[in-house]
Amino acid sequence: MALSVREYRARIKSTESMKKITRAMELIAASRIIKAQQRAQAAAPYARELTRAVSAVATFSNVDHALTTEPEDPKRAAVLVVTSDRGLAGAYSSSVIKEAERLVEKLRGEGKDVDLYTSGRKGEAYFKFRQREVVQAWTGFSDQPTYDVAAEIGATLIAAFLADTDGDESGSDARPVDEVHVVYTRFRSMLSQEPTAVRLLPLEVVEGTEAPAEGDLLPLYEFEPSPSDVLDSLLPRYVQSRIFFALLQAAASELAARQKAMKSATDNADELIKKYTRIANQARQAGITQEISEIVGGVNALADANAGQD
Amino acid sequence: MASDASTDKALQVELVAADRLVWSGQATMVIARTTEGDLGILPNHAPLLSSIIEGVVDVQTVDGETWVAAVDAGFLSVADNRVSILSERAEMSHEINLEKARQDLERAQASGENDDAAQEAVRRAEARIRAVERAS
Repeated sequence: MALSVREYRARIKSTESMKKITRAMELIAASRIIKAQQRAQAAAPYARELTRAVSAVATFSNVDHALTTEPEDPKRAAVLVVTSDRGLAGAYSSSVIKEAERLVEKLRGEGKDVDLYTSGRKGEAYFKFRQREVVQAWTGFSDQPTYDVAAEIGATLIAAFLADTDGDESGSDARPVDEVHVVYTRFRSMLSQEPTAVRLLPLEVVEGTEAPAEGDLLPLYEFEPSPSDVLDSLLPRYVQSRIFFALLQAAASELAARQKAMKSATDNADELIKKYTRIANQARQAGITQEISEIVGGVNALADANAGQD
Repeated sequence: MASDASTDKALQVELVAADRLVWSGQATMVIARTTEGDLGILPNHAPLLSSIIEGVVDVQTVDGETWVAAVDAGFLSVADNRVSILSERAEMSHEINLEKARQDLERAQASGENDDAAQEAVRRAEARIRAVERAS
């Protein structure tokens, strides 16, 4: 414990520079959250209109679509885990992975095999390290996802869902699945983010939040060219916009988690600096006391020696 | 074109891209290209849901101005004098970089012509160029 004053000074210095880094990261995360929230808000009109359109079609036509039909005997499920690319975000990635593991356990319990898809480097690394196969991984965008990425993920998952499960793997490289789940972190507020698992496919068309009971809200639409054609191009977009929503929420959550983690790291650095400064002062005082007693001892010894000579 | 007096109601138009609301406001007429061909919408149009393809959307606002936007494939829904145009990507004519659109077109035409993706890129670039030309 008894280190020299110099060593304590060095520790204080390095803690201070770490504090500067964590403080900077905290501020960066804070400013990006606002942007991430704005992006999420900007994407809301599209999702809202799309949901309206989907519920309109669902209400007025009894067209069955491949994306909405429940497979009779689901054997295989795909799970998309949305994690972050970078660490230093507290328990953000590990809690979403934990939620994903729980879902995988549950699906296995129901007798389904699970195909893993990940977004974000952390998720990929986690499964690769445990020697578990990841069918496809997307990385490099976790804190500001674009719609293109969501569209690509959506296209892959839809292709996997639509591929024939019973057929052997001939031709297409898509791995057929019977259902698709997404695990992401829901952004509730700056202080609370919650890992959530939702089933994406087969689609359950959720009626709009506005009461569907009132007849005048959903007018009798004409469909052009035909209800099934409209549904054909509507549903994949709906899926993609749901994925985009999940990615945006995850991005906002990641930044909020990072801000919180970096704030506590900065506070911790403050504590450490205080503690080290106290110990350093003590060590300095101990040093001074020792020097004084040495000088006094020396003087006494000299005085004794001089007295002996006299 | 002056909005005539008989249109007591204006259309409430929203042009929405996947990541933002591009334009919203009051309009007297909207023209969009659906899978079946060009479609004009005036106030009191019957409720309609239609798929649109890459192309140009014209909007005549109540102030007599004309907005032109290039859109990707998407949807058009009309109900109760509310028109929403949804497209994954949408750009107003003044946001489009004409130079870049021309380059994109050349590049898309140069690459494999039979490719679906390439043809889509060609249509998208053409729509953007047309939108700028029509606006000017």
